[in-house]
Amino acid sequence: MIEQNFEPKIVAFCCNWCSYAGADLAGTGRLKYPENVRIIRVPCSSRVEVQMIMRAFQNGADGVMVAGCHPGDCHYDTGNYHTRRRMMLLQSLTSFLGMEPDRFIVKWISGNEAAKFKSTVEEFNETLKKLGPADKVRDQRCGI
Amino acid sequence: MRVGVFICWCGSNIKTMVDVEKVAKEAEKMPRVVYSQDVQYLCSEVGQADISKAIDQHKLDRIVIGACSPRMHESTFQQLLESKGLNPYYVEIANIREQCSWVHTDKDKATVKATELVKKAVAKSYHAIPLTSDLLKVNKKALVIGGGIAGIQAALDIADAGYPVDLVEQKPSIGGRMAQFDKTFPTLDCSACILTPKMVEAATHENITLYTYSEVENVAGYVGNFKVKIKQKAKSVKQDICNGCGDCMAKCPKKVANEFDEGNSKRKAIYTLFPQAVPNKPVIDRDSCIYYQTGKCGLCEKICPTNAIDYNQEDEIVENEYGAIIAATGFDIKDPQDLSEYYYGNHPDVITSLELERLLNASGPTSGKVIRPSNGKTPEKIVFVQCVGSRDRNKGNAYCSKVCCLYTAKHTLLLNEKFPETESYVFNIDVRTGGKGYEEFYERARHKGAKYLRGQVSKIEPLGDADNKLLVRGYDSSIGEQVEIEADLVVLATSIEPKVGASKIAGLLGLSSDSDGFFSEAHPKLKPVETQAQGIYLAGVCQGPKDIPEAVSQASGASAKAIILFNKGEVKSVPTTAMVNEEVCSGCMQCKPVCPYEAISREYVTERVAGKEVKRPVASINRALCQGCGACAGLCRSGAMDLGGFTSKQIMAEVDTL
Repeated sequence: MIEQNFEPKIVAFCCNWCSYAGADLAGTGRLKYPENVRIIRVPCSSRVEVQMIMRAFQNGADGVMVAGCHPGDCHYDTGNYHTRRRMMLLQSLTSFLGMEPDRFIVKWISGNEAAKFKSTVEEFNETLKKLGPADKVRDQRCGI
Repeated sequence: MRVGVFICWCGSNIKTMVDVEKVAKEAEKMPRVVYSQDVQYLCSEVGQADISKAIDQHKLDRIVIGACSPRMHESTFQQLLESKGLNPYYVEIANIREQCSWVHTDKDKATVKATELVKKAVAKSYHAIPLTSDLLKVNKKALVIGGGIAGIQAALDIADAGYPVDLVEQKPSIGGRMAQFDKTFPTLDCSACILTPKMVEAATHENITLYTYSEVENVAGYVGNFKVKIKQKAKSVKQDICNGCGDCMAKCPKKVANEFDEGNSKRKAIYTLFPQAVPNKPVIDRDSCIYYQTGKCGLCEKICPTNAIDYNQEDEIVENEYGAIIAATGFDIKDPQDLSEYYYGNHPDVITSLELERLLNASGPTSGKVIRPSNGKTPEKIVFVQCVGSRDRNKGNAYCSKVCCLYTAKHTLLLNEKFPETESYVFNIDVRTGGKGYEEFYERARHKGAKYLRGQVSKIEPLGDADNKLLVRGYDSSIGEQVEIEADLVVLATSIEPKVGASKIAGLLGLSSDSDGFFSEAHPKLKPVETQAQGIYLAGVCQGPKDIPEAVSQASGASAKAIILFNKGEVKSVPTTAMVNEEVCSGCMQCKPVCPYEAISREYVTERVAGKEVKRPVASINRALCQGCGACAGLCRSGAMDLGGFTSKQIMAEVDTL
């Protein structure tokens, strides 16, 4: 049963050049979004390892987002293309594990898309609220 | 390990939404934290002194800052650590302003989040490893992309400082938009008179090489060491032999619309962009030339006294190395056909300001006579419409194009000078005259009789009379009434937009653009000419609408940045580079193809296995080339590849605290 007032936990891996800057701009523009998101700064979305995402789920994340520059706009030329391919594979892996695939999203958010950052977090938060807590791969030892 | 935590109030920016004292208290309980404090302004001298004192008193070796975005002040704190003899990468920042106090509304929740963000940074700090930079040599040569006034000025400044510059322009001549203008505000200097000497100076300067009719094809490398491919389009005229006599242009039978006159005159298929073009030698526009289309003609080859015509010339790719790049790609104007209420494109007497500029120009299509394009007569009533596509969130661009108010005032003055009997009406939202002497200039335009109506034009349509006049309907908010003006000529002050193809240049240079497509500066106030890409600077309207003095100032600013780089002669390499654990590396080399900088190569290590010496392949990083994206580390199957500053352990530690 879905518990009342469930507040999902979101872990967002954001690339330093686009998505992290977009989140910063959301701050500068005083856009409001849910507190549930925790951003981990990475130089490029291609730095993110599948392990890191799975560990986040094991540790109690209800949703994980990887956000990078728009394809073609990567600060490092091609990084986000690698991200795209790698994360597509992970997406199928999450289904294989019996997790809802909607718990893991990959988004392209540029440095000026503060509004997109806000709306992405809001929408993701709503999706996760409907899905309820993610416990399929949660490490019970964490006691969460 | 002794961690010190410092939580910044940022005045009221953080403090109003986050209980900073509580966060500092909570931090004290975190493992290995031996000192914690909240400070009103951490980035100030006082704040820095507090950290410095605490480092000494408590023998801190890891610092965690809870403050604004690391994109803002990371380097400030890194420098402080360095001055204290600590490695600059022993500082971690929890972004509790942009990601917390500014975006949340519930103080309790924000405080909990801020505490968690600090906890995450503390956890990351345990795994920080010392990182160092290498000094890399700078190639003391600059590339300027765009040959308008901004590009010319930047090239001249760098060249005058004694460094070689290559100036790339896609048109057959440098000069850019300014070459199209008639007079400049607020002095009414003849645009060509002040521009052409600069064009000639650029062309003849010993340190400047012009690449006209050329485009940047590819950019690789990094600050101090860019490798750039430039495509020189075939001009079909041997430039070293041609003496610019112009006989070919006179005889060429093919006429096409002249883009320099905004399509209001004809040029030949073999042409120079305008009479004072630099270099003043023609090129063949192969898309229009009869010879290239049908194989017949060849008249220019027959007529040329120096045998300079070369139909078989091919595009040439030049590859050069540069230390710095200045982007000065300029602007285009919005096509007013997108805004149907202005009737542009449906009536010859609705023109853009740039078209009027050419009509006013002595070397323009009418030799400086302002006429109604429909019948060649002098217009008596002219209506100017401001903000066509500017300051219009719904149908145009939200921003102000900045120069239109002044150039329209200029147009009314010039018209008044030439034809004192003309009447000028200016529909405007409001008049913006920020600039030295600009308000006085606008007042002068009004005193000379320009009638300013505050309000927007709702519709322009043909009046239907014998003279084919236009009826301009608008609203004058100062009298609160609808007004209708029968106009002979309507001039639209169209919105300034980034050059078509600017996004391609942004992609090549790794620049980010703002939501309007203008290139983004590194910091809107303190780094207005720099970009997030080190060694690449901005000049002119490619960064946002600006007038000539501003474009020139920015160009000089950009060139100063390049000169500083060249004077230093060396740059610090990126310290956050990839690292290989050779013991674990299987030598599969999957990392090699994902590296955009070709920084990874296969090396061999010698080991003793079962008493025998064997060579084993491993990946190796060229630290000078690596820019620290971490694509290799993200991919490595054996976990041998890691990235300084963002090691797997560091990121995992962050994940584990969540």
